[in-house]
Amino acid sequence: MKRVYAKEDVCIGCRLCEIACVVEHSESKNAIRTYKTEVPRPVARNVVEERGPLTFSVNCRHCDEPLCVAVCIAGAMVKDEESGVVRHNEEKCVGCWSCVMICPYGVIKMKPAAKKVSKCDLCNGRTMPACVQACPNRAIVYEER
Amino acid sequence: MEHVIIGNGAAAIGAVEGIREIDKASPVTIVSAEPYRAYGRPLIANLLSGKIVEADIYYRADDFYEARGVKLLLGEKAARIDVEKKRVVLESGKAVSFGRLLIATGGIPFIPPIKGGEGSSIYTFTTLDDAKNLEALPGKVERVVVIGGGLIGLKAAESLHDRGIKVTVVELADRILSSAFDREAGDIVEKRLKEIGIEIVLENSVKEIVRAKGRIKAVILNNGEQYECGAVVIAIGVIPNKAIVEGTGIMTNRGILADGNMQTSVPGIYAAGDVAEAPDLLLGQKRVAPIWPNAYLQGRYAGLNMAGAKKPYRGGVAMNSIEFYGIPTVSMGISNPPDEGYVVRAVYEPKKNLYRKIVLKGHRLVGAVLVGQIQRAGVLTGLMTGRTNVESFEEELLNGEFGFASMPPDVRKKILAENR
Ligand SMILES: Cc1cc2nc3c(=O)[nH]c(=O)nc-3n(C[C@H](O)[C@H](O)[C@H](O)COP(=O)(O)OP(=O)(O)OC[C@H]3O[C@@H](n4cnc5c(N)ncnc54)[C@H](O)[C@@H]3O)c2cc1C
Ligand code: SF4
Repeated sequence: MKRVYAKEDVCIGCRLCEIACVVEHSESKNAIRTYKTEVPRPVARNVVEERGPLTFSVNCRHCDEPLCVAVCIAGAMVKDEESGVVRHNEEKCVGCWSCVMICPYGVIKMKPAAKKVSKCDLCNGRTMPACVQACPNRAIVYEER
Repeated sequence: MEHVIIGNGAAAIGAVEGIREIDKASPVTIVSAEPYRAYGRPLIANLLSGKIVEADIYYRADDFYEARGVKLLLGEKAARIDVEKKRVVLESGKAVSFGRLLIATGGIPFIPPIKGGEGSSIYTFTTLDDAKNLEALPGKVERVVVIGGGLIGLKAAESLHDRGIKVTVVELADRILSSAFDREAGDIVEKRLKEIGIEIVLENSVKEIVRAKGRIKAVILNNGEQYECGAVVIAIGVIPNKAIVEGTGIMTNRGILADGNMQTSVPGIYAAGDVAEAPDLLLGQKRVAPIWPNAYLQGRYAGLNMAGAKKPYRGGVAMNSIEFYGIPTVSMGISNPPDEGYVVRAVYEPKKNLYRKIVLKGHRLVGAVLVGQIQRAGVLTGLMTGRTNVESFEEELLNGEFGFASMPPDVRKKILAENR
């Protein structure tokens, strides 16, 4: 399946990918309205790491053998057999953080107040995930590897 | 090939999913003593505390069994296994023939003999029925004593406290959470639970349960102290529920011994989950690891192999994640190193409820304990299970913001290039 990969050599750390992710998962789908009025505001589902000049995004890989699915005590994590997308059902999630403890990429985001996690859904069938589309430098790509 | 599974927990569901990945057609039968579809066993605590309702506890979709062609025998207990005739005899008298059999009978609470321990108002906390029974207490009972300050005991204590019951936890060790966590983590959690109003008594145990006209009035501890209460929850440990293999020739130690393919000493018969004693990835030996991730994954690999996939399981590692009133905690791998052969580094800030400990052996990360700040803990788990040499960035592991940017480029790029 196609997955999101980062290219650290060309990432400029602008974090537009994070903003695009937040907006994509907002109620209004409008950046200004999302950031000004939406409470709680969605969290970005990728992680942009930064250290000195080094920056890059880390995204969910929708693993073939997803450990987050194996460890979820609530049955909230499910690998969709057809699309391969690892989906998170927020309704069922009890915030036990088991998936946070196991994800080798560290891309399951905690929402401590809600006691829920949030993770990438590959923008639910969008042909190009919002983060990839938003990157001005093509530092995140969506491809088969 | 008819597949039969005894038990209907995480391991059983993992097995069904494993079997059906390879074999869509062979009949699969589940024999389940509990009269429920598979549920998230740890969620009985969320249910008792009132955070979820019963409909939320079920682990898979309503049509899970039907959609996979699984015959589900609910409320049927397997009485014995006839290895020769390849069949499971049920207590109801029925018999189920198998080609391949998985024993996924889980654990049972260990109940020590206690004076006054026979009779009403003594509870355990491992099943949905236990949670339902305990739900009757609020309003009827003011105080409860929980025997055992491990994960299950503390979950019971927290749930009852959330329902307005005054709780005293009695723990034999000199700290709570002694098996999965360490002293520092135990201290932070203990302080938090006390703040919330849960009473904790250490280095003590219940010698006698005092009754009047049959009803529980108090417990007497080893040091003679008396604590009034109307009910007692026993949560001192879960032991492998292996009675079913007695007399079958299937080899056991603490649990039912299983190899890397999750097969027991009898070909065609597999074991997985809390009942199994199977290879541990870090220890290089077999052990009973009664946690959900192991149960599911062992079950899954048992299922794959029962269906003929020949896929050995690399083995699990111990890991626990649990939050106590806003303080998240994680322990993984060897959290309490047994001897001098390990290097331990830690940052401990009890006032901020923060703690981060890493355990190294020969420049490999083999264990960690995190309290307060656990985000991206999985990156550490990945280094641990991937047996990555961390020599050049050992220091970084103690940083709460640790991530791929803290690793040398070659290590980082290798991990990020892999699909899993
Ligand atoms: C309160 C509580 C909280 C927990 N929290 C966590 C947590 O946060 N994280 C974590 O990793 N783990 C946790 N655990 C442990 C986790 O729930 C277990 O490791 C897991 O459920 C084991 O799954 P299993 O399939 O091996 O066995 P089980 O889930 O125990 O299922 C075994 C099933 O087999 C049935 N059975 C037994 N004998 C027979 C028979 N002869 N015939 C027919 N059926 C039979 C039983 O009735 C049972 O339904 C918790 C456990 C409890 C009790
Ligand atoms: S935090 Fe939610 S999704 Fe993650 S393992 Fe726990 S219940 Fe499942």
